[in-house]
Amino acid sequence: MIHVSTTVNGDAREFLCDPRETLLDVLRDRLELTGAKEGCGTGDCGACTVVLDGRPVCSCLVLAAEAQGHEIGTVEGVSDGEDLHPLQRKFIEHAALQCGICTPGILVAAKALLERDPDPSETEVRYWLAGNLCRCTGYDKIVRAVLDAASEMREAT
Amino acid sequence: MAFDEEMDEFKVVGTRPDRPDGIDKVTGRARFGADATAPGMLHAVIIRSPHAHARIVRIDASKAEAAHGVKAVVTRADFADGLEGENWNILENLMAGERALYDGHAVAAIAATSSLAARDAARLVEVEYEVLPHVTDVDEAMQEAAPVIREGAADGSVPAGMHPNVVRCHDSGHGDPEEGFAEADLVIEERFTTEATHQGYIEPHACLGTLGPDGRGELWCCTQGHWNVQKVCAALLDVETSKLRVTASEIGGGFGGKTAVFIEPVALALSRKANRPVKLVMPRADVFRATGPTASTSMDVKIGMKKDGTITGASGVFRCQGGAFPGAPMEFTAMCAFAPYALKHVRQVGYDVMTNRPKQAAYRAPGSPMAAFAVESVIDELCNRLGLDPIDVRLKNASREGTKASFGPSWDRIGLVETLEAAKEHPHFSAPLAEGAGRGISCGFWFNHAGETAVQLALSEDGTVQLSVGTPDIGGSRASMCMMAAEELGIPYEDVRTTIADTATLGYNEISHGSRVTYASGLATIEAARDTVKKLCKRAADKWGIDAEAVEWRDGCAIPSGPNAGDFDPMPIKEIAGRMGQTGGPIVGHFEATPEGAGVSFATHIVDAEVDRETGATTVTRYTVVQDAGKAIHPSYVEGQYQGGAAQGIGWALNEEYIYDEDGRLLNAGFLDYRIPVASDLPMIDTVIVEVPNPGHPYGVRGVGETSICPPLAAIANAVSNAAGVRMQDLPMRPSRILEALKARS
Amino acid sequence: MRYHTPSSFEDASAIAAAATGVTRFLAGGTDVLVQLRSDLVTPDDLIDIKQIAGVRDITRRDDGSWRIGAAVSGAELAEHEALIAEWPGVVEALELIGSTQIQARCTLAGNLCNGSPAADSVPAMIAAGATVNVVGPEGTREIAVEDVPTGPGMTSLRPGEVVSAVNLPARGESGGDAYLRFIPRTEMDIAVVGAGVSLSRDGDTITAARVALGAVAPTVLLVEEAGAALVGSALDDMALAALAKAAEAACRPISDKRGTVEFRTHVAGVLARRAARIAYDRAGV
Repeated sequence: MIHVSTTVNGDAREFLCDPRETLLDVLRDRLELTGAKEGCGTGDCGACTVVLDGRPVCSCLVLAAEAQGHEIGTVEGVSDGEDLHPLQRKFIEHAALQCGICTPGILVAAKALLERDPDPSETEVRYWLAGNLCRCTGYDKIVRAVLDAASEMREAT
Repeated sequence: MAFDEEMDEFKVVGTRPDRPDGIDKVTGRARFGADATAPGMLHAVIIRSPHAHARIVRIDASKAEAAHGVKAVVTRADFADGLEGENWNILENLMAGERALYDGHAVAAIAATSSLAARDAARLVEVEYEVLPHVTDVDEAMQEAAPVIREGAADGSVPAGMHPNVVRCHDSGHGDPEEGFAEADLVIEERFTTEATHQGYIEPHACLGTLGPDGRGELWCCTQGHWNVQKVCAALLDVETSKLRVTASEIGGGFGGKTAVFIEPVALALSRKANRPVKLVMPRADVFRATGPTASTSMDVKIGMKKDGTITGASGVFRCQGGAFPGAPMEFTAMCAFAPYALKHVRQVGYDVMTNRPKQAAYRAPGSPMAAFAVESVIDELCNRLGLDPIDVRLKNASREGTKASFGPSWDRIGLVETLEAAKEHPHFSAPLAEGAGRGISCGFWFNHAGETAVQLALSEDGTVQLSVGTPDIGGSRASMCMMAAEELGIPYEDVRTTIADTATLGYNEISHGSRVTYASGLATIEAARDTVKKLCKRAADKWGIDAEAVEWRDGCAIPSGPNAGDFDPMPIKEIAGRMGQTGGPIVGHFEATPEGAGVSFATHIVDAEVDRETGATTVTRYTVVQDAGKAIHPSYVEGQYQGGAAQGIGWALNEEYIYDEDGRLLNAGFLDYRIPVASDLPMIDTVIVEVPNPGHPYGVRGVGETSICPPLAAIANAVSNAAGVRMQDLPMRPSRILEALKARS
Repeated sequence: MRYHTPSSFEDASAIAAAATGVTRFLAGGTDVLVQLRSDLVTPDDLIDIKQIAGVRDITRRDDGSWRIGAAVSGAELAEHEALIAEWPGVVEALELIGSTQIQARCTLAGNLCNGSPAADSVPAMIAAGATVNVVGPEGTREIAVEDVPTGPGMTSLRPGEVVSAVNLPARGESGGDAYLRFIPRTEMDIAVVGAGVSLSRDGDTITAARVALGAVAPTVLLVEEAGAALVGSALDDMALAALAKAAEAACRPISDKRGTVEFRTHVAGVLARRAARIAYDRAGV
């Protein structure tokens, strides 16, 4: 077993893991953060998206041991306490989720987009989120929610 | 319960409130199938056949059983014996008996203290196979030389002389199509094929089960129908149904694929053997290899048309391959094929064909999209060759109230004409097309379903309401239930909490399928609320000392029904609720029945597509869905169903397919090569909600979830064919296929 | 599986050289971890190179050539404006791989060493004339990218050898490169065909050109005849036709779940032409 010290959603966390365990395994099974979902385990669906030092990654394609000394952000850290992030509010308002299994990964990825580009085009949103599969919505309401959240965030600053 | 003509003014229905489970789902709090844990929990792995067809000579699990952390191994011998009918099929599918019938067929399962330990041990299980001849193609499976999947599987509907792999047959229609073809100015007959596609829900099947030596069990799972899971598990494990309590987790997509049972009995069998809770989560590859894709098809459709666009006759043969078990939805394919049209002469024949593929499962309007692909393609070609407008022709032949349906009954009030008219008026239909682009139109039909339903509505002491329904929320249905209860009770939407009850809490609820949830659980909610209102009025009447019949309910209050009833101030629900302990006890409304009257639904889709003539790549540039919802309770989620069905249809039409090698092994068991549409593949999907009330629902609701996937295959094929100038008859229209067709033309 | 985090390439190489079982180097992990998860390859020793100093550095040398550390991710490459200005084709090729999430991890070196004939960045690197620095038990050496892959999943790297950096030559005046691939969707697929073109112009005339094709043979191909078809031309229709013909003639593809022999061969010509046009326009700026 490997001993790992890392930061998750701003909190210092430590865990022991098998070298084969992924970051997703550890988040879900050892740190009780089940917001990241395993849809494929091979980096093709994006349901397990977390940010690693500010960049969205598939946590199924990161070894837990690689988290040593890095900063991880999950969907559980997207809201500021009880205050939902604008993306979270807009997803509810626009009915941008049906089943909700892809939602955590999409929110984490979309938040990373808006931190880089506060005014993305529809096409940029679609390509940024191309690695986050959604089977329910046809993406229409997801893209609208992201664009509307971006607009609201720009007005707020 | 009939349409209530009086209900024309809604306060809550038709608005767009936030869904009640929204916050849980945007914060990661919502608990899905794989998110549950239990003390002492083991992790399970299923071992699967690498062969398409093989006799299982020997399974030796001794090395695995001795491995570190392994607590139980199960094989077929650990399940009930002597099952018949569909229960036997389900068991045979989820744990092979004498033969492995497809690549990915389960042969054994292991539970160990960690998922890594279980995976390591799985490699130690030795299975000896004797490989047998196999067949995976529907047409080949009907040929004389094809290996027989199972002798004696055919039922009495199959004509003599057919291959034993043809196990069921459907034949319906009226008039004489040959007579109709003789009257036509142009008759077109073509063959069409579609490949199997997977529902592609992002959440793999997952469950957590406990079954003790006393036969009592608890099961948590992602399913579209937990009472069905309870019933099937009880049968397959030979335990009493009521001793097994099943709780439905949040469900990460189903589209029909989670109406079937694949893993829950395996987890329970392992739990019974290990006497520990067992969690079983399917890897994605297993989801593709061993859970239900839809049927693949081979279809011949012949239609005759006069120069004025009148369809004079139609016939079709629909061959559906549903894997190694009976059940391909060929009767739905046949019945839906010509349903949009009023035809004097029509006949449709369907065949259910077995192959060495996974047991098909329902996929959104099972069978209908393929039929529409074939029929609507032929109509498009007829329109092209006769120089007719595709919407005018469809309007001319459209099914209307009172006309005889192609499969028998007379139509009640239906909304096909209204969708066609709305499509014709939509700016998309008259928008100019870019150079080299093509436009496609298609109609689609689905029956919709009602099913056994039980609902309970309990009043809390503060006047808020707890609504318990038994249909898992697969796309926002909690919101529509809250809305209908609030509408009836005259209380704010926020005062209703809807819970998906477990199997110990309500009577049997049929699976969330057939687009039935908003219709049937909605109707039951309205009935349960009306039952509650009666009880509320009675309490007020008792307090006022008048007859209950002299009290009516308005805006959340009991009021005297008229001046003769007495002069009393309105009594709000909160006041009655606060005193219910002293006035007769808890107030609970309920409804249990199998409603009749799930109204059918029709849709018309318009698609623009561009084809890259050098590479055969297709881009869908514009998409409009027009569909009859009867009554949209929460329009945002109705639109969402329209958009989702269209997107799945785009995938099916262009890129999704099961690809087998010559050994019958599935080559693309993952999202990398099973190519569902990604965000950058699609345009915005415009929607028009047509509302032609369903006579069988108090608010007029029709199911909306499935009809939306019926027209896309044809609409896209028509758009691509019109863009490329060559008729595409095989799905998916992958780029190489389009390029080949373009080359063949030139 | 043992997980190692050496602090130098010499140490990384020594661990690999001493290992007796299956060894893999871990950079972005977007291939290695997929293979691990799918039970295709479970290494006995996994050597993570990301803690080695300088592995994420992008350096422009005084002579205008570039050194890209072995663990530089697609996202980091795509944010490097000076590199994009000189080698847009190489950057866009790596950037095409996978999703935003994959971009945060995938690397040029990993894409090369995975040995896939469909690797997107490899045709672009070969067209660019890129080399890799290799550290091994017997010292270091520099190899041309086209000499690394030897077959599907196989490379010419010797036991214990590890790629430490990718080198791109100086772009020079009036040069441009481009990479295009064909996939059925718009994102998330493995290339059915890939085409990389790098060329230099003197006025309207092409003075040098390299063309490389992916997913049309057991390894990524450097098609010298295709490059030669462009040299001396102003990318007129005849040169483009000759380019396409040479590209098609070089193809030795297979039919598989992603494409047929006929389709791959035809599209190789189409993409070579399209990529050449882009590279030509870029070189003219």
